[in-house]
Amino acid sequence: MEPHQQSEGREGAELDPQLFRHESGRMVVALTRLFGMHNLALAEDVVQDAFCRAIEVWKFSGVPANPSAWLMATAKHRAVDILRRERTARTYAPELTRMIESEWTLVPTIHEVFEPHAIQDDQLRMMFSCCHPRLREDARVALVLHILCGFSVGEIAGAFVSGLAATEKRITRAKKVLAKSKKLFDVGATVEFSRRLADVQRALYLLFNEGYHGASAESAVRVELCREAMRLTSMLLEHPLGNTPGTRALAALMSFHAARLPARVDASGQLNSLPEQDRSTWDKGLIADGVRLLELSATGDKVTEYHVEAAIAAIHAQAERMESTDWGAIVALYDTLMTIRPSPIVALNRAIAIAQKEGPERGIAEIGAIVDRERLAGYPFYFAALGELELRRGRPEVARGQFAAARKLARNEMERRFLEGRVKACGM
Amino acid sequence: MAEFLYLYRGGESPKSPAEGQEVMQKWMAWMKELGEKGHLKAVGSPLEKTGKLVSGKQKVVSDGPFAEAKDVIGGYTLVTAKDIDEAVEASKGCPIFLANGAVEVRPILQMNM
Repeated sequence: MEPHQQSEGREGAELDPQLFRHESGRMVVALTRLFGMHNLALAEDVVQDAFCRAIEVWKFSGVPANPSAWLMATAKHRAVDILRRERTARTYAPELTRMIESEWTLVPTIHEVFEPHAIQDDQLRMMFSCCHPRLREDARVALVLHILCGFSVGEIAGAFVSGLAATEKRITRAKKVLAKSKKLFDVGATVEFSRRLADVQRALYLLFNEGYHGASAESAVRVELCREAMRLTSMLLEHPLGNTPGTRALAALMSFHAARLPARVDASGQLNSLPEQDRSTWDKGLIADGVRLLELSATGDKVTEYHVEAAIAAIHAQAERMESTDWGAIVALYDTLMTIRPSPIVALNRAIAIAQKEGPERGIAEIGAIVDRERLAGYPFYFAALGELELRRGRPEVARGQFAAARKLARNEMERRFLEGRVKACGM
Repeated sequence: MAEFLYLYRGGESPKSPAEGQEVMQKWMAWMKELGEKGHLKAVGSPLEKTGKLVSGKQKVVSDGPFAEAKDVIGGYTLVTAKDIDEAVEASKGCPIFLANGAVEVRPILQMNM
């Protein structure tokens, strides 16, 4: 039965702007559960078809009172069609094969798979599937965005400022890896689960970072990535096994950063560094969420990098002024972070914190002592940090050279404008 | 006032869910605008892209589509306008053009002369 105008047409303006993207993720997981992971492409076709129908009908009749139910009903209807017509031509989800084969159980099985709680579970299972150990981290993040968040390949390439062909190849290859297992990942209290949980947390962390620090020039895109990372993290928190101290710390970290997001890039698309940010625009609600989550994360015996990063973010978020920041505590936390997850970027941030505490000369010396410093050679904020410290030390002409080097590496117009401003700040 | 039928022809499918939502919302806004300007007689309906064609004295039945993809009629709307120029002008806000589609504007033959 075709769902039809369930109510008076509504105006599109009040529609959740993420509705289609999020419903895409929900439909894809339900259909994949039904058809099996190896038929992901078929699931995607059905979703595409459901959207085309919705668009055709809603153009004329307006959006129904429950657009989600309408889309789900359309997808279910198509799924029944396909399963009846191609019952023997393909193999479907192994655990559901018998239910699908019998006309008695076919329709009830489909309804069950599309129940909201089932979809909720399957989204989590898909998140774990996407973080397959044979995939690289960037491929995992791309898959999560594509399958669960409804981003097209083109939109992902845009968000990550990477080539369309390369992104397409990465996603196609990643899907092939997924297709090897016919089922969604089993979310149960197993060794495999806890092992993969770390990879899932990492993917969500990277997704958030791409939004917070990433290369995309469009602040709307970046906010979107942060929001998606937070939505998926709260999904993980809602699952008893996913709700670990590490996940809570990760959620805390995201809340603290997200609180500062509006001040970091202002309405005119201007990037503001921490000292310049108007702290009154930081989101107090999100900071409170962060504090609560960070407290809840302080159980168990394992300190993850998320704990440490969240603790650093908490100090920044709770300092009323730049000058009242407890830099000593921040340096100590960076020391810990260097033992848990050392990287040149962490070392750079540590050096900047030392400079705040002990002066620019010490900061510059610390930067000079970063072991694999050459890995920062393409990172604009490495040179910008040096420029900042040289300027503070009273050597504007050296600072100017550093900022100019940073500007050459700027990844988008926003960064270019910001660094141009820093070059000018050096006078002459 | 005269009546006209808008026939929506062709148009590419959106490339992502977000784009689809945007397209759909543009259509709704355009329909609303037609209504506010007093052009909308009947919103009309979308049409399935396939169907049957029954033709000739032999009443031969064949399967559609009956035109190239770019010409397939995807729906129709009944509008009123002063004359065909005004009807054409009013059609220009249609989001189908963003998707490389077309609007065919056909005057309804007046019964009472």
